[in-house]
Amino acid sequence: MKCDSDSEMINAYLDGELSMENAAAVQDHLKTCPLCSAHVAETARLQRALRRVRTQFTPSVEFRKRVQKQIRPSRRSTWFLPWVPAAVGLVALVLILVLGVGHDRSANAIAEMADLHVNALASANQVDVVSSDRHTVKPWFQGKIPFTFNLPEFGGTNFTLIGGRLVYFHQQPGAQLLVSLRQHRISVLIFQQKQNLVVGLPESAKIDDRTSFGMEAWQSQTLQFVLVSDADPAGIEELGRLFKAVNP
Amino acid sequence: MIKMDAELFEGAALPLFDQLYNLAYWFSGNRADAEDLVQETYAKALKAIDSFQEGTNFRAWMFQILRNTFLTSRSGLKAQNTVFLEDEEGAEAFLAHSVTPELVALQLENSQAVIDAISALPIIYREAVLLCDMEEMTYKEIAQVLAVPIGTVMSRLSRARNLLKQALAIDPARRSPHEV
Repeated sequence: MKCDSDSEMINAYLDGELSMENAAAVQDHLKTCPLCSAHVAETARLQRALRRVRTQFTPSVEFRKRVQKQIRPSRRSTWFLPWVPAAVGLVALVLILVLGVGHDRSANAIAEMADLHVNALASANQVDVVSSDRHTVKPWFQGKIPFTFNLPEFGGTNFTLIGGRLVYFHQQPGAQLLVSLRQHRISVLIFQQKQNLVVGLPESAKIDDRTSFGMEAWQSQTLQFVLVSDADPAGIEELGRLFKAVNP
Repeated sequence: MIKMDAELFEGAALPLFDQLYNLAYWFSGNRADAEDLVQETYAKALKAIDSFQEGTNFRAWMFQILRNTFLTSRSGLKAQNTVFLEDEEGAEAFLAHSVTPELVALQLENSQAVIDAISALPIIYREAVLLCDMEEMTYKEIAQVLAVPIGTVMSRLSRARNLLKQALAIDPARRSPHEV
C-alpha cells in the first residue's frame, strides 16, 4: 500500500469494505506509517461524531399518522374510483342478503320453537317428568341442564302444570315445561342466553301468521323464555306474567 | 417468491419512516420540505411498486426514490447548481494533498458544529456521508442509491470526509492559550 493513495483505502478499511487480504495489508502498513495511523484515528473519530448526530431529526406524531394513512392499502390514492359503482352494488347485494337471512332467521326461530311444542304434544310421552307439583318438576332438571329457573305457584290460577322434559335447541340443552290452560297446552321453553334465541320472536304474545301458534318471548337476566301455544294471546300473556314475576 | 404488492408495501415501507424522514431533513434542511419529500417518496414508491425487483434491496430502492425526488425538487435543483460550479476532480486532487495530520485537532465534541459542517457540504458529498456514516449502508447499497459505480462512491466519501475534517479543524494558530 502506497501512502499517496491512502485516503480511499483507509476509508474502505474503516467502513469494513476491504477483503481480508487487503485489510491485512492496510494493517501491516499502519504499523510502520504514523501518517496513515493518524489519518485512521482522525477519520474514526469523525465517524463516531457523525453517528452521534445521525438521528437528529424526528418526525412528529401527526405526520407519522398522515403517512400511515397514506400508505394503508384500503384507503390509498384513487385506483379504486372506477370500482365505486361496482362496490356500491356489492354492498347493496350484501345488505339484501344479510337482511334476507336475518328475516329468515327470525322466521326459522319461530318455526323451530313451534316444532318443539308440537313435538312434545305429538310424542307418546309428552313429558319426562309428570307432576303438577313445581317442587317435583324443578328438581328433576337438576344435573340435566346447566342452569336453574323458578316456577310460579299455579294454585289459584287457571293454569295447571303437566310436567317437563329436556330439549335441545342448536346443541344447547333447555327445559320445556308443559302447562295446561283448559284444553290448551302451553310450552314454556327456557334456555341460557348463550345464543340470542329470542331475536325476531314476538316480545308480547301474538299469533304467528305462518304457524298460527301464539308466541311470546323475553329475556331475564341470564335466561331466555319462549312461550308457545294454540291458546289465545291473552292466556299466554298471563302465564308469561307469572313466570316473569318469579324470574326477574 | 412473494410478489411485492400494496399490502406487503405497508409492512416493508413503514419501518423506514424515521430513516426516510431523517434523511429528507438532512437533504432539505427544514421540516416542511422534509415532510413533503417523505410523502412524495411514499406516493411514488407505491405507484412504482411493480418496478421493484424482488430480491433486491428495498431500503436502497426507497432511499433512491427519496434522493431522486429531492434532486428534482426546487431546493434540490438549487443544491446541485452550487456543486456543479466547482470542478469536482480538480478540487479532489487539491484536497487529498492539503489535508494533513497537522489538522488533527477537530472540534468533534460540539454537535452543532458537526451538524453545521454536514449541512454545508455540497449535496453529492453530503449524501455519500449520510448514507455511509448515518445510515450505515454498504458501498454497494450507496452505489445503488446514487446510481454511480462503487469507485465513485469511494472517491466521494473520501472527499466528503476530508471536507468535514477541514470544516471542523481547529486552526492551531487561532487557538487561545487556555485551550492548548
